Amino acid sequence: MTRTANLSIAFSDEQAMIMDSAKAFCRDNSDKSAVRALLKSDRGFDAEIWSQMVELGWTGLALPEEHGGSQMGIGATIPLVESMGRYMLSTPFISTTIVAQAIMRGGSTAQQAKWLPSIVEGTIGTMALLDNEDWGFSNTSCTLTAKGDGFELHGKKLLVSDAEVADFFLVLANHDDVLKLVVVEASQLAAGAISRKTLVDETKRAANVDFSGVSVAAEAVLTSGMQVLPDVRLIGALLIAAEATGCAAAALDTVVDYLTTRKQFGRLIGSYQSLKHPTVDILIQMDSARTFIYHAATLITDGALDKDTDIACRMAKTQAAEALSFAGDRAVQFHGGMGFTYDCDAMLYIRRAQWSQHQYGDPQHHRKHLAELLLD
Amino acid sequence: MTNIQATEHNASENAELADFRRGVIDWIKHNTPADPGFLLPQTFMEVGSEQVLEFLREWQHKVWSSGYLGMAWPKQYGGGGMPRIYQQIADQEMKRARVPICFNVIGLGWAGPLIIDTGTDFEKETYLKGILTGEDIWCQGFSEPNHGSDLGSIQTRAERDGDEYIINGSKIWTTMGNYAKYMILLARTDAQAERRYNGLSFFLSPMNVAGVTTSPIQKLTGDYGFTETFFTDARIPARCLMGEEGHGWRIAMQTLQYERGAEAGAAGGVSILSTVMNDLLRIAKDVERDGQPIMQDPVTRDNLVKFLIEEQALYLGENRVKIPALCADYPNSLALSTKLRGTEFFRRMRQYSLTLQGASSALYVGDEDAVEGGFWQRAYMNNFSTTIGGGTSQIQANIIGEHVLGLPKD
Repeated sequence: MTRTANLSIAFSDEQAMIMDSAKAFCRDNSDKSAVRALLKSDRGFDAEIWSQMVELGWTGLALPEEHGGSQMGIGATIPLVESMGRYMLSTPFISTTIVAQAIMRGGSTAQQAKWLPSIVEGTIGTMALLDNEDWGFSNTSCTLTAKGDGFELHGKKLLVSDAEVADFFLVLANHDDVLKLVVVEASQLAAGAISRKTLVDETKRAANVDFSGVSVAAEAVLTSGMQVLPDVRLIGALLIAAEATGCAAAALDTVVDYLTTRKQFGRLIGSYQSLKHPTVDILIQMDSARTFIYHAATLITDGALDKDTDIACRMAKTQAAEALSFAGDRAVQFHGGMGFTYDCDAMLYIRRAQWSQHQYGDPQHHRKHLAELLLD
Repeated sequence: MTNIQATEHNASENAELADFRRGVIDWIKHNTPADPGFLLPQTFMEVGSEQVLEFLREWQHKVWSSGYLGMAWPKQYGGGGMPRIYQQIADQEMKRARVPICFNVIGLGWAGPLIIDTGTDFEKETYLKGILTGEDIWCQGFSEPNHGSDLGSIQTRAERDGDEYIINGSKIWTTMGNYAKYMILLARTDAQAERRYNGLSFFLSPMNVAGVTTSPIQKLTGDYGFTETFFTDARIPARCLMGEEGHGWRIAMQTLQYERGAEAGAAGGVSILSTVMNDLLRIAKDVERDGQPIMQDPVTRDNLVKFLIEEQALYLGENRVKIPALCADYPNSLALSTKLRGTEFFRRMRQYSLTLQGASSALYVGDEDAVEGGFWQRAYMNNFSTTIGGGTSQIQANIIGEHVLGLPKD
């Protein structure tokens, strides 16, 4: 019937409780005025809220107990990230969670012990992967060359999320034609190494980072970085998908609110089928994305990701990105003249859509890989 | 090409059930009829000739007499009196083997469960066995000309006269109306009822009485399968009334639940031969474009993957809908959108399948060179019965918009 073997979706009572409290937390701490208040801020997030998340144990949710986490697996973070998207609550949570997964999966015992407990405690990490605009590019021009007992990095990384607040970076570098993931601490960067980019999504922060001249100790090179990189990218895609799904639901809320209050020609505009039916399409697209993110969350384990999980993550990213792009686009259009203004919240969604769709691969990228997985 | 089939086998299936399943598989192997030389229907709405009808009647009788139909229905009325799991296993295997459909769908899936749940002993005695054997074909008389999906506007009258009702009016889209012995009929017994739904009554009505005539409707496929049904002073016994007068709407809604609900109470059997993406990929496999296998064409690949994603979302949705915590946002959205999502997906997917046939897509049923006998051409056009019947996709979108999103009515 289907081309994958596993169609399961499971969700425990414990996960349901976490979902409820995550929803409440994000709702209470991130209303639209709070979101707007942060748009022009330096950090882009409220440090107080971030420490509350850490206190709630969110940064350790997916990490092993031996490193201070609650060992619930990366799937357990999906309801959190979905809620963050729903209320557009931006923090370095996604960046840090992806890095933590990379270290947990690809780091030696010593590397895990060095970094994971501090991530649980609130240390911020971020991936430095791109050196051009292509998420599908499998190499890097960033080089790692031997120097003394260790190595030296050369090259620049593009669009590193949360770079200005990161305590450390996980940098993709090429060492004699072998790719490596290496840990660089923020304190190692040269002055002026970080240059902030102007993003279409003003709730996010990212910068280009120049790692040239940074010394890397041998123990800062992840032992199995290259082996786990594909899985880390899939996890990144899934987290972005969860955030985008939540955001598509937020866009839908905003559209429905307007369609049930705004009158034109003596009627509530939601009574017109030309607006009603595409709004139902937003719901259906968002619903499919939700189905995929929770399916992927069910399949994903701490071990190497299998083929069905690979398919599930890519389908989730594809569907969520398209759902949000459609929702943001229609949200602007359906608000009419209001939609063309900065004051209208539709602006937040259409901008987030542009950010989300490229992160960890756009829909075409993932469909190309899905074709190989499903058709060949 | 990888082809991982999802197995519905339950790992924990006990030895007895596993044994039973093997028995079904073996029975199917030895009893599936040979290709009759004409294209068999995918649904019960495509029974357009006596030839097809007799073929399907014989097949259903065989399934029943071999003990694989009505397995969970009471024994005294022709059923097997067994737990539902046996029927589910038999259905799974028949579906997998793509055996012909059990065509008496209104009886097996609608009237039958209704009679078992709420019927009198007389009704059970009279109707159930004939439904299973295929002897008594049932049809459904809800829709009327000019009223489409709006059952509240039903105009067909049923007037009490002594121990009879006199029926006047007409019904449309009566599947197998020209072959049916009985109709589940929704008619107005009280034109003055304050709420229009309260004036409706539900009948298990004989078709073979004076004053009932049917006129076959030719479908866009060129085939038959539906009739328009006319009642002109047709007299039926008063005991054909099901339940009480004025309860028709409620009973009709209950009947629709059998159709929509997960086949609870249904007698079983394959009711629809669906086409899934694997079938479409089967035809794509051998096709060439510009001298290359079409499966290497990037545009085709992207299109196929889009359909695969959509199909996967449909299957997965059936699992998510069972988890309340994952449906708390926009409650009922998945359940209420199932028909819209499913039927529209299959319409577009079948339409697309034709483009994979190249010049052969111009051929139709009856042409010796038609791909798979013209199956896909016919399937695409027949699919409109699902995007139109049972509430058009546009009505479905209104329902979802109004009931899930709270958008105002027109």
